[in-house]
Amino acid sequence: MSGEALTFFLQASVRSATPLAYAALGELVTERSGVINIGLEGAIIAGAFGALVSAGVGGVAAGFVGAAAAGAAVAAVFALFVVTLRADQIITGMAISMLGLGLTATLYTALYGSGGAALDTPTIGPRALPGLHAIPLLGPALFDQPVGTYALYVLAPLLAWWLYRSQAGLALRAVGEYPEAARGAGISPERVRWWAILFGGAMGGLGGGTLVLAQVGTFTEHMSAGRGFIAIAIVVLGRWKPLGVAAAALLFGAASALQYRSQVMGWSLPYQASLAFPYVLTLVALAGMRGRAVAPAALARRDVADT
Amino acid sequence: MTDPGRERRLLRGPNFLAALLALVAVFVVVIAGGFDAHAALGAFWRGSVGSSYAFFSVTLVRATPLVLLGLAVALAFRAGVLNIGAEGQLLAGASAAVAVGLSCRAWPGVLLVPSELAAGVAAGAAWSAIAAVLKRRFGVLEVISTLMLNFIAQYGVSYLVRGPMQEPTRVYPYTVQLTDAGRLPPLVGELHVGFVLAVALAIGLWWMLRSTATGYRMRVVGAGAAAAASAGRVRVERVALGAFLASGAVAGLGGAVQATGVTYALYEGISPGYGYTAIAVALLARLHPVGVLGAGVFFGALEAGAAAMQRDAGVPSVFVAVIEALVVLAVLALDRARETAASRTAPTVAPPVAEAG
Repeated sequence: MSGEALTFFLQASVRSATPLAYAALGELVTERSGVINIGLEGAIIAGAFGALVSAGVGGVAAGFVGAAAAGAAVAAVFALFVVTLRADQIITGMAISMLGLGLTATLYTALYGSGGAALDTPTIGPRALPGLHAIPLLGPALFDQPVGTYALYVLAPLLAWWLYRSQAGLALRAVGEYPEAARGAGISPERVRWWAILFGGAMGGLGGGTLVLAQVGTFTEHMSAGRGFIAIAIVVLGRWKPLGVAAAALLFGAASALQYRSQVMGWSLPYQASLAFPYVLTLVALAGMRGRAVAPAALARRDVADT
Repeated sequence: MTDPGRERRLLRGPNFLAALLALVAVFVVVIAGGFDAHAALGAFWRGSVGSSYAFFSVTLVRATPLVLLGLAVALAFRAGVLNIGAEGQLLAGASAAVAVGLSCRAWPGVLLVPSELAAGVAAGAAWSAIAAVLKRRFGVLEVISTLMLNFIAQYGVSYLVRGPMQEPTRVYPYTVQLTDAGRLPPLVGELHVGFVLAVALAIGLWWMLRSTATGYRMRVVGAGAAAAASAGRVRVERVALGAFLASGAVAGLGGAVQATGVTYALYEGISPGYGYTAIAVALLARLHPVGVLGAGVFFGALEAGAAAMQRDAGVPSVFVAVIEALVVLAVLALDRARETAASRTAPTVAPPVAEAG
């Protein structure tokens, strides 16, 4: 790859990674509370739709707020079933994904016609950071992006600090590892999980909002395209740690960017191989973690004792 | 289940209520959307069960993959295996069936069709075996591994139809069509023999679960490891592994049946998410094989009716996904309501984990 091509590839990697990183960092917090939210896909598509609707009314900033709110609203339904009603997390999650995809597609068709007119929303473009973007190779990739991407550079380390150094982060991890003990220490696992799920939904919504407001500029049915499930893989690959998750998101972003590069450069490797690679890597990584307890111990457990 | 009384309660549970709710939701969508109710509901009726053509050639054709995949999901869930990879196993089965159908095109139909189906079964089982081995040897949660394998299968199909299996002009992303000998024979109208297979399998699995030692072991394992230990020498891991492979085999059969009975070729969108809808089907059926048959036909009719409503009355058919999701949520909520009622009468009963998955 020439230097210019490499820069372009890195830039595309960071761009593809941004919505994934939002969703995955949110899911990380949810999973750290002991809940796996497979309904994240529903939160992302709801966020995309929420961004479309609210950006049409109040511009880009309102779009992001609407995206987060829509994602959190979908997650609230999930939390109601999983935390309050103690329904199975996996089945509820699948239903929530279906609900989000179906509801947005229906609303979109109902509001904007059966063909689904291609609506343009206001978008934010990349804004080069003075000085930093001139760094060779990495500068344009990391520091010539939309503002939403820069927010992640702050958010990921902040989340790491919060998770390991704050009282609330400790409570979250305690609930994810041993909810009964957490309850004994005066923490309400239900309360912590509700907040963790809502946060995860809002972040998923922001991921969907990023797709619409910073990348595509419009909404299409099913445009989340499995990113919710990819985000779950990213959390696993990132070993349930914020910085690991950020790095894993970058890897998935690179794999997605590589498909275009390999087509352009006429590699013999089929582009599907680069798309499938991160999933294979996730499986290998999971197999390699055997015996080392990295996943929250109470993940996907349904039967938290009341006392 | 160690308590036979509870199993009866679960199997008889309020799933008709959830189905009824789905029909009410159709009505609400039509009214709330401001559509012509008479035209829309008439189209729904005519498109799903209102004529023998609609019932056999549309509803039952749509129901066939849902029943087969629903059986696959129910089989795994019954043994406590959360296989959500039916979609990937379907794709593996469809790919293998088409591969056999195209490479053995000179064979007579009596030989070719069974070979295609067998290839589908084997490929589906093999695809689930990856997740089963990862679970057993490396302790990888099957929820995550089967989800990953769905994506890998999807890209695998994409590669096949744009690479080694692409049609000879190399323009379109699909394979050539299967020859007549490689297609499932028709039954009534558009309906193919695959539906009979699905019915037979549903009844066979019901009998297996009910009356054989294997079925008993599966139910015990599904009820939880503690129950399996107290019921005697049930090798939990082994039974779960068997159920996982059988589930993949049935899903693979579903893919092979869809390829040889409906699509006659392999392409990327061969499954519009049957593997995911199947979870709703299995759950509505409360994991009962014969119930899966009923739930699959119900969902098939729902989809057929919704397609007709879009065609004749302009109601967007995508709302079916919302209804499917609501059915699942309704089943979960009703389960919870029943559990609460049960624990009020018998406070020591542990929450049933296996039946709801």
